[in-house]
Amino acid sequence: MMYGLLWHALPGPVWLRVLLVLILFVAAVWVCFEWVFPWFSEYVPINDNTVEAHAP
Amino acid sequence: MRHASRPAARRGGAFGAVVGVIGELLITAGVFLGLFVVWQLWWTDVQAERIHTQVLADLDWTEPPLEVPDNELEGPVVAPEYRDDPPIMDAPDYAEVFAQFYVPRWGADYVEPVAEGIDKAEILDRLGIGHYPDTVLPGDLGNFSVAGHRTTYGRPFHGVADLQEGDPIVVRTEDTWYVYRVTEHEIVWPQQVEVVSPVPGLMPGEPVPELTERFITLTACHPMYSAAQRYIVHGEFDYWAPVDEGTPAELIDAGVEIQALADHDAGVR
Repeated sequence: MMYGLLWHALPGPVWLRVLLVLILFVAAVWVCFEWVFPWFSEYVPINDNTVEAHAP
Repeated sequence: MRHASRPAARRGGAFGAVVGVIGELLITAGVFLGLFVVWQLWWTDVQAERIHTQVLADLDWTEPPLEVPDNELEGPVVAPEYRDDPPIMDAPDYAEVFAQFYVPRWGADYVEPVAEGIDKAEILDRLGIGHYPDTVLPGDLGNFSVAGHRTTYGRPFHGVADLQEGDPIVVRTEDTWYVYRVTEHEIVWPQQVEVVSPVPGLMPGEPVPELTERFITLTACHPMYSAAQRYIVHGEFDYWAPVDEGTPAELIDAGVEIQALADHDAGVR
């Protein structure tokens, strides 16, 4: 549904839409890698390696 | 006929739309989590290793001397082993990279930076190994304690469970080598801060006895890809040597080339 609407909202012929979708996907992945995942990882403490008096 | 079927179709359409959106949200969440795993297990390593190489190169420390005997290939000078009180560096600033960490057991090309502090995002995820600020500096009486990632962010302590009793751990500050030897390992809960006590095992609040020994303690997560417990390695001080008098025999025997490290880093830069 959402992606269907997105597809219809994109202009141009099919090849251009495919290209735009790819660009949007890469941009979304980049935003995730740069900002979203570093923030998200704070709440997924699979990497803590220190000993502390209060549990993190 | 058309007139009659239209409201029903619209109702079905609304229901289908909701299901469709939920389905697409679930697919999106799945892709998001999949990408998160890729980021955590792969990209954090790529990023952190790049930074570690850079900070090691930025140290720009002098290399230990080489000797060129007659008719021989040049090689590093074996450092004399001093067993008196070692020199202790001045306290580093927070987040300052103040030492290099060599562990021959983890390979001839293993070297990682040690920075002051154990903040996850700022130190451990970026700069590599972090020094517990409440513990002593390398070579001092007490327990020089460091934390490092075992699986991600450049994983400086990836091989922590491979260490065996007697293995050398060599810490270099700008002017001094400190050679420790592994004595034991243990697996503890994250709250067991006594592992980094001035004498390992001394409970918080207990009076600290007069310190006579120089320990090193490594803390890493355990089991791998989990944070349920901590893998701890303890070691004791063996000897020290000034950097301008040579390279510890433990590193030379393992094929660690301090000279080559500097060249390699310069190339990467």
